Amino acid sequence: MSARPAAHPARRTVFYVLLTAFALIYIGPFAIQLATSFKTDPDATSHSLSLIPHPPTVAAWKRIFGFTSDTSVDFPLWLLNSVIVSTAVTLARVFVDSLAGYALARLRFPGRRAVFSLVLATMAVPGVVLLIPRFLVIKELGIYNTYAAMIFPIAMDAMGIFLMRQFFLQLPLSIEEAARIDGAGIWRTYWYVAMPMAKAGVLTLTILSFQGSWNEFAAFLVAGDSPHLYTLTKGLALFQGGLGTGNQYPLTLGAALLTTIPVAIVFFVFQRRFVGAQLSAGVKG
Amino acid sequence: MSLTSQAIPPAVVVSARRPRRSHIRGREGVGGWLFVAPALAGLTLFVILPIGLALYISFTKWSGTTSPFGSGAKWVGIDNYKALLTGGGLAQQDFARSVENNFYFVLLVVPIQTLLALVLAVLVNDKFLKGRGFFRTAFYFPSVTSSVAITLVFIFMFRGDGPINRVLSFFGVKGPNWFANSNGLIHNIVGLFGVHSPPGWAKHVVFTRSIWDWISGPSMAMCAIIVLVIWTTSGTFMLMFLAALQNISEEIDEATAIDGANAWQRFWRVTVPMLRPTLLLVLTLGLISTWQVFDQIFLTGNNPTTTTPAFLSYATSFENFNFGQGAAIAFLLFALITVFSSLQRFLLRDKDAEQ
Repeated sequence: MSARPAAHPARRTVFYVLLTAFALIYIGPFAIQLATSFKTDPDATSHSLSLIPHPPTVAAWKRIFGFTSDTSVDFPLWLLNSVIVSTAVTLARVFVDSLAGYALARLRFPGRRAVFSLVLATMAVPGVVLLIPRFLVIKELGIYNTYAAMIFPIAMDAMGIFLMRQFFLQLPLSIEEAARIDGAGIWRTYWYVAMPMAKAGVLTLTILSFQGSWNEFAAFLVAGDSPHLYTLTKGLALFQGGLGTGNQYPLTLGAALLTTIPVAIVFFVFQRRFVGAQLSAGVKG
Repeated sequence: MSLTSQAIPPAVVVSARRPRRSHIRGREGVGGWLFVAPALAGLTLFVILPIGLALYISFTKWSGTTSPFGSGAKWVGIDNYKALLTGGGLAQQDFARSVENNFYFVLLVVPIQTLLALVLAVLVNDKFLKGRGFFRTAFYFPSVTSSVAITLVFIFMFRGDGPINRVLSFFGVKGPNWFANSNGLIHNIVGLFGVHSPPGWAKHVVFTRSIWDWISGPSMAMCAIIVLVIWTTSGTFMLMFLAALQNISEEIDEATAIDGANAWQRFWRVTVPMLRPTLLLVLTLGLISTWQVFDQIFLTGNNPTTTTPAFLSYATSFENFNFGQGAAIAFLLFALITVFSSLQRFLLRDKDAEQ
């Protein structure tokens, strides 16, 4: 639109003002969140817009990392649970989805079309519709209030299978054929030949799975009610709910920041890949 | 989309040229099933089977404490659905209210986030823009963060004495205590013109609520959630528009520039029509996800003016232990989402492509 800068200096200024205003709106809440986590409780509410804590304090962070005797909120445990669950889910998804994706892309077996249609059909089921059904199965399997109940229901996803299938389809077939002619079996061809070539796809799926399981909330909500199994998202949500009027904003916002950081790191390290991952996830339909 | 058109893998073509020995094919038969077995088991156990089970539960009265089989769940036929859709009881009132709330939510979020995403994409697509990477990252970053964490930040932002109201006070506006405020936006607006009670025609009761109640508009609490969701998701959709914009070849743009079209005309006559597939994708994804809004509602909770069907389904089951009713709500929501997304696909279908 404003692609002719030299001709319209005034328009150019408007353009940058607009962009900067948008950027402020998008970054502002994070800046306020960071500043608030170093404030005292009264300072946080009476000077909510100020970016300078007065007086600055690390009290909230001490409590988050467990350096106080107050154990009513167990952030280190929540962090540990988040790490355990999202690591397990990510590993499982990458393995299960790539196996199925490879079979659907490369192996010819009776019923392949039917399996693929089934995968596509399950992608159309809205996630929130699954809350009660999953609770039912978790109860019936007798795994309510276990890690298994948090991991298995989201340990495979139709979208991941679909993504991996697309990645395998794009690989040149000749190398896999050569491996097969040299006597490599299906498993060896998949694991030693196809998987290394599909590195980009594996990385994409890893990023999406980690982000998805780290940020997951609703699925954990119906998987149990034991505080020993709270993840960061579930712990934060229920802690906040329990506060009612809630004046411990430095603590809440600090812990929320802690929840954001791991995904932020993955985001900044793999930014290009991340963007690609989001786009391929969007084009799933 | 176009990706699915590759359903016939290259393997078919190649093997026609060089047929493999049958025992290798035989191994592929077994191997193929072994490879898909874990995924299939998972999807069956945690998606397909549960849906069937929940459908059964939606025809029963079940408290969630005993096994739903045998005497635990009492078969009640379509009573749960009937209570939600007819009779005028509490269940129908709550359900009607939740649909209204979610309707206003969708009505505001989907168009605004789509337009904002398009504007942001056009802005950061500018060839001469300095700090392009910075702006893209800034707009996109909220999309990757946890909805729980972001909602907590916004609960603070929208407090009565929170940052949003302090900014508003610079402009002389006294903001409400957003999340505790149940006044409807439209009621507030007509209130400015002195209309505080329903005119005669608006007193009619339709589906348990008066017309005046139906047209209240989103409550202030819901407006805050609307702002939060637009702010969080517009970055993802910006990326989709950006990818599409970059695919539109510059030659087309330049050719039309030589033809004498100005930037504005080029944008509306050339760029927007070419963005049509992306626009459809963004609208459909937006529509499907906004009818499912849950995390944000759960966290800002306990306000009848922000309850959505997804949250009502959860609360009915897990807080009031009426799982049959909760499951019925979930299936009505499922039907609603399916109807809306197919309707939208139909309305936005590419008429040229059909000829």
